[in-house]
Amino acid sequence: MSMKAVTSWALAGVALAAVALPARAADATLTIESWRNDDLPIWQEKIVPAFEKSHPGIKLNFQPTAPKEYNAALNSKLDAGTAGDIIACRPFDASLDLFKKKELTSVNDIPGMNNFGPVAKAGWSTDDGATTFCVPVAAVLHGFIYNKDAFKKVGIATPPATADEFFADLDKIKKDGTYVPLAMGTPDQWEAATMGYQVIGPNYWHGEDGRKALIAGKEKLTDPEWVEPFRQLARWAPYMGDGFKAQSYPDSQNMFTLGRAAIYPAGSWEIAQFESQAQFPMGAFPAPVPKAGDPCYLSDHVDIAFGMNPKTKSPEAAKAFLTWVASPDFAKLYSNALPGFFSLQTQPIDVENPLAKEFVSFRKDCKSTIRSTYQILSRGTPNLENETWVESANVINGTDTPEQAAAKLQKGLDSWYHPAK
Amino acid sequence: MTDVDHLALDAPLPALAAPGAAPARRHRLHIAVFLAPALLVYTAVMIVPLFDTLRLALYTRVDGVSAFVGLANFRALFGEPRWSEHLWSALGNNLVFFLIHMLLQNPIGVALAAMLSLPRLRGGAFYRTAFFLPTMLSFVIVGFTWKLILSPIWGVTPMLLGAVGLKGWFHPWLGQESSALITLALISVWQYVGIPMMLIYAALLGIPDEVVEAAELDGITGFSQFLKIKLPLIWPTIGICSILTFVGNFNAFDLIYTVQGALAGPNFSTDILGTFLFRTFFGNQLQLGDPNMGAAIATVMFAIILVGVSVYLFGIQRRMRRYQF
Repeated sequence: MSMKAVTSWALAGVALAAVALPARAADATLTIESWRNDDLPIWQEKIVPAFEKSHPGIKLNFQPTAPKEYNAALNSKLDAGTAGDIIACRPFDASLDLFKKKELTSVNDIPGMNNFGPVAKAGWSTDDGATTFCVPVAAVLHGFIYNKDAFKKVGIATPPATADEFFADLDKIKKDGTYVPLAMGTPDQWEAATMGYQVIGPNYWHGEDGRKALIAGKEKLTDPEWVEPFRQLARWAPYMGDGFKAQSYPDSQNMFTLGRAAIYPAGSWEIAQFESQAQFPMGAFPAPVPKAGDPCYLSDHVDIAFGMNPKTKSPEAAKAFLTWVASPDFAKLYSNALPGFFSLQTQPIDVENPLAKEFVSFRKDCKSTIRSTYQILSRGTPNLENETWVESANVINGTDTPEQAAAKLQKGLDSWYHPAK
Repeated sequence: MTDVDHLALDAPLPALAAPGAAPARRHRLHIAVFLAPALLVYTAVMIVPLFDTLRLALYTRVDGVSAFVGLANFRALFGEPRWSEHLWSALGNNLVFFLIHMLLQNPIGVALAAMLSLPRLRGGAFYRTAFFLPTMLSFVIVGFTWKLILSPIWGVTPMLLGAVGLKGWFHPWLGQESSALITLALISVWQYVGIPMMLIYAALLGIPDEVVEAAELDGITGFSQFLKIKLPLIWPTIGICSILTFVGNFNAFDLIYTVQGALAGPNFSTDILGTFLFRTFFGNQLQLGDPNMGAAIATVMFAIILVGVSVYLFGIQRRMRRYQF
């Protein structure tokens, strides 16, 4: 089927839905719970009007919470019965737990679920994969955003492709002295893991292969392919700004967008905000590979989905919304309204934003993988994801050596995770 | 020195209930009626949740179903290294946090109050307001402002130190394990020094002029007058301030959460019981909340505060000399 045919079929489907749905769901207001408070204006200006236009009678009320408080706030609201109709789902266990508590319903019967591949659904499905409980929305990609002016000034022609080139370029920038080479700090801890360890790591542990071997218990976090990323990370510290130990996440963002830093270890969610604030041209490059010619892996992390609160007063309207979310129309609208959040639908989507285009081009050359700690391994106490934050920050701060950090993580994991059994 | 206990300068106040004592014995009902609203509200919002927390700590949740496990949560909390390490480190940090308050906040409060109560002080009202103002600010504002002041990138501190040539003295204090907790404690002292100051100031104003004049006639003036006359009279208030500090510090959470987040970084160096409780109870990022374990921690906090307050009540306050004028 040609592209054109697909589009016209999709359009026909949406037109049909637009005609058919208002009759079923009259005058309902859906409250959407989300942690994306940065997206509030885009929802109000683009997404909500587009939906309300095609679904007269249903109103949307986008009600985001701060990302840090979201899980706690949502759980309390759900337990108290005051949560919204539509719930933004964190990937893996947080949402799986909600589904088990019957605070999310199955979305298997939502039309359009076949627009998603198994990897996309994996983030929001039961362990056996039989039931999916949230409609996947978007993934975030990781890489490094750089200031093109800075690279020009210190004479870096092409972005670094290997680890050695990466550090050689950092040296050049540091020697020049105009720019802080790397805009990152450690007090918030998660950046060190999410934008550090989990971004450069897959090239060493070979993406999904390593991640699955870790879950199966065939590899350990103390194995060389898991320790080496920590060694790389430990080398970042001299290139970070003065006082990076107290440089918070917004500090780093501002430092980069004000043009004071050259390279920003990034998640693609930064794109929209950076483009609106930075006055200089930006480019992006993927995580450098260990040696030239090595295969590259991309942290392409399932990030957000929408599910339905079973206690909603307007289930028909909620289903209509989820059907719309599963449609190619929404994918196109969302990926372009929020550059940096890439649709998880199998159908490739044209992204117009140039920086987002660069990010999505990483998918062509590198194999996608998700963050190693997210599936199954963060089920117990101590929580591997949190521990990885703390240890990644410790490694950069020099509190722990890479070997100590890896040993601590493995010890914590061993205390509750027994894959052989 | 005259023992003020027996001064009895004023005639004793008539006992409040004296005229109606006999009739009241027959209609005691009104006491219950008057107590009821406060008692009901207090029971509903304090006592019931307290006992429910204690109850919750004895249960655990398996696949969404609550099950009674007795003291297993406490055994895990104290016995399993992955819990107890965090508990002891949080408790240790909490003690440091409290000691800094006791060594700085209360003595500074006393000193400020003593200076404010000097009769010939100019602009006393201004100082009083200025010192008390931070107490009325939201902890979010205080945390955020200090984070900015101390920021190595935008902060005014590195600039000011640089202006006097001491740039080398600046460190990212909030980001270093060695200094983060002390920095936070000092911020908290800065914010709350107004409370002991006001309480003690009020106590100092309550000392009758006759006592002070008598002291002056005896030739006790200046600093020795403060030490020998005023300080003994305000010990009970200082005691109250200390116990308020104790309860406040062992319940503290907000400032640390605002400045360092629920993980109380760097490397848990600012983790106190409150942040440990929050993380456990509500969860954090991928870590799911565990209300039962959280309740167990809350119970431990309750026990610590209960013991502390009891020691103070029975050990110190009862032995304290009180003076009546």
